[in-house]
Amino acid sequence: MNKMMIFKIQTIKALKLKNMISKVLTVFTLLASVSILNGCSSIEPWVKPYERQNLADPITFFGRDPVSDNYMHHVRQSRESARGAEGSAGGGCGCN
Amino acid sequence: MKVQEALKVVLEVVVVVINQFVAMICKKVIFTALLVLLALMPNVSESAVLPEDRSDILYHRFDGGGVVIDGPSILIRKSIKDTVSISANYYVDNVSSASIDVVTTASAYTEERKEQSMSVEYLRDKTVLSVNYGQSTENDYDAKSAGFNFTQDFFGDLTTLSGGYSQGWDVVGKSGDESFAEEANRKQYRVGLSQVVTKNSLVGLSWETITDEGFLNNPYRSVRYRDGAGFSFQSELYPETRTSDAFSIRGMYYLPYRAAIKAEYRVFSDTWGIEAKNYELGYTHPYGEHWIFDVKLRHYEQTKANFYSDLFSRIDAQNFRARDKEMSTFSNDSVGLSVSYEYELLNSTFFDRFSINLAFDYIDFKFEDFRDIRVNGAAVGEEPFYTYDALVTRMFFSVWY
Repeated sequence: MNKMMIFKIQTIKALKLKNMISKVLTVFTLLASVSILNGCSSIEPWVKPYERQNLADPITFFGRDPVSDNYMHHVRQSRESARGAEGSAGGGCGCN
Repeated sequence: MKVQEALKVVLEVVVVVINQFVAMICKKVIFTALLVLLALMPNVSESAVLPEDRSDILYHRFDGGGVVIDGPSILIRKSIKDTVSISANYYVDNVSSASIDVVTTASAYTEERKEQSMSVEYLRDKTVLSVNYGQSTENDYDAKSAGFNFTQDFFGDLTTLSGGYSQGWDVVGKSGDESFAEEANRKQYRVGLSQVVTKNSLVGLSWETITDEGFLNNPYRSVRYRDGAGFSFQSELYPETRTSDAFSIRGMYYLPYRAAIKAEYRVFSDTWGIEAKNYELGYTHPYGEHWIFDVKLRHYEQTKANFYSDLFSRIDAQNFRARDKEMSTFSNDSVGLSVSYEYELLNSTFFDRFSINLAFDYIDFKFEDFRDIRVNGAAVGEEPFYTYDALVTRMFFSVWY
């Protein structure tokens, strides 16, 4: 195995490692945010259940009509290379 | 020299061992962190909710770039005892294609694709667990997929964490070649977080990684290469693996006069060198008791794959080659309009309400390195860039019960 091959293998491994570390950091950032919000007793939920009538209104939902939104995702995925993280149909406040 | 060779081998082994050790540690850390997260979730008394019981029947039509695709989609959802919700979807694409790819290298065709899918969602306290299965068949392509998802509400229901995993198994065929059957497998990992910010606004984050392995190119598509004063075609050849990451952020704000604005931004990159982003802005405006109007603007742009070229210099110019316009550098802009008429069925014992809906999206595609080789008289490699527009229509009837 020549030097170039070893260099290539190590570069590929380094890139894979970098990618993995980046993903781990992303997950950790997410978990840290969640844990802080969840575990810190000084922060209380600031929007009370009786204040959520606006968020319960179907006009606020990102995917109000799943049958139509699923179709539009399919149309775009067939014609664009980007894919994933399109979001899911339904309400965003646990009140759909 | 032998000592140096031996040292190199030892160093390489050390690098491999360290990498594997770090990978193992990373996996364990993620697993432990997820366990900690589950342990941190509060034991709550209020319940999350399942999706509403409803059925939809939709007619869809895509008309653009010489392609017309239309058909029905039927989606039925029903819950059982407020803890389980089952949905089933039947979807058909009737394709009639005389696209630029087809007319320049093959002949126009018609075909039908049918898709069936179902999902079961189970609700327990603030957690919704769901499993789904789907399959799609057409004369030269079979696809099966299965997956699971979860959502967990916490922090007084202001925060929703979601995640999921799906796997897909495709078999790629080729019309006119019964012996052609190649496999393509896919794995999808996703995580999302939705946060209520104020009583009128919320923000959502999503991240999804997808990996593909197998036969990933279209068996009918060709690349063109210079051949003397003109050009000829040879088959496309894509790498057999692809991994992509997409991250999106979306927000919603409820306006004081009962209307909503929504915005979304997504970035994407993959191991084929494609980078993409899209922006979307939407406005929802109810009118009177029964009408809801929606307006959407969207912009999408992407860079080409590393192995894409509109015109290769010679035959077998690269080990991987593509001239699929979806792999090229391009952008599109779209405008969407929709109107819904909703009516509450106060006198019905079974049905709650229904809606009649009509939606249009006009999409304008502009390609920056995919040329329209149908144009006569242009020098090879100097043909005008291809553009096309499309009208996407949805008409559907929904009923809640």
